[in-house]
Amino acid sequence: MNFLSNNIYYIGCFGLIFIGLYIVLTKKNLIKVIIGINFIDTGVNLFLITIGYIRGGTAPIFSRPGLNPERMVDPIPQALVLTTIVIGVSVLALALSLAIRLYHHYGTLNLRKIRELKW
Amino acid sequence: MRKIISLILLGIVCVGIIFALYSIPFGKDKIKVGKHYIYNGIKETGAVNIVTSVVLNYRGFDTLGEVTILFIAALGLGVVLYGKKKKRKEGLEPASLVLYTGCRFLFPLILLFGAYIFIHGHLTPGGGFQGGAIIASGFLLSYLGCPRKWISKERFNITESLGGLVFVIMGLIGLTIGGYFLSNFLPKGIANTLFSAGIIPILYCAVGFKVGAELAGIIYNMIE
Repeated sequence: MNFLSNNIYYIGCFGLIFIGLYIVLTKKNLIKVIIGINFIDTGVNLFLITIGYIRGGTAPIFSRPGLNPERMVDPIPQALVLTTIVIGVSVLALALSLAIRLYHHYGTLNLRKIRELKW
Repeated sequence: MRKIISLILLGIVCVGIIFALYSIPFGKDKIKVGKHYIYNGIKETGAVNIVTSVVLNYRGFDTLGEVTILFIAALGLGVVLYGKKKKRKEGLEPASLVLYTGCRFLFPLILLFGAYIFIHGHLTPGGGFQGGAIIASGFLLSYLGCPRKWISKERFNITESLGGLVFVIMGLIGLTIGGYFLSNFLPKGIANTLFSAGIIPILYCAVGFKVGAELAGIIYNMIE
């Protein structure tokens, strides 16, 4: 029980990542695969934020005087995740547009029926 | 069969990750670089929001690359979707009065909120990327709610190019004055006021316009 309460954040983010991986590995519909990739993206973002966290910490903003810098969480993972979210959104949009083109070309989104992708 | 194989694979990966994470304590202290940024960030950059000072000052070149990635993705989306048969929207039913009035009422307010978010990026949580996303959501609302009043793609392209140009020009001015790309050549001012932190608000405005125009262009391309 102690292990669970200590690592609940890690379990949450890796739960998201594994759900996404499972979707990518097993689903046949291309849109579902893209949603799985987005799950992995979210899980990784959450994991990066979690690494920088301090128990009882505050946001790294000196919005009023008297805030204790010792209690502030690490700003670097947050800045990196800001980057990652934007890139994730653009990659998602690109993947969806490719899915649209595939649907226009093959008439289906089923990955098993699209030739050259069978395994 | 396939499901069983993937479950076994995931199990193996899961065990490996548990062993790797077991030695990393959760919620303990920060690393050295983060400490340096927190203790010296206001003195060195003038921005109260440390995340902003990391994104635009310490790692400003990185942010330029990120904006470029967003630009390339938008470009690729335009290329991939180019040449599709353009259906005109004549057959669409006009939206109901409530939806139409609501979206015309909300659209300027959403733009204003997005602009507030990216102008105050160095003081409050938020910044250029978040404000740009909010602006793009306003455009999405207007595309869905009042399809007659579509903003043309060319204006997005012009705004986007101007945003990128302002970013690069500020970096080059910093290179000539301060000696390195994106150096903070403007006075830092008093912390916690709007006109502080040197070039950071200008850069964030540029990023906000650029990201907003790019995301709105992506939405336009996907809807078209």
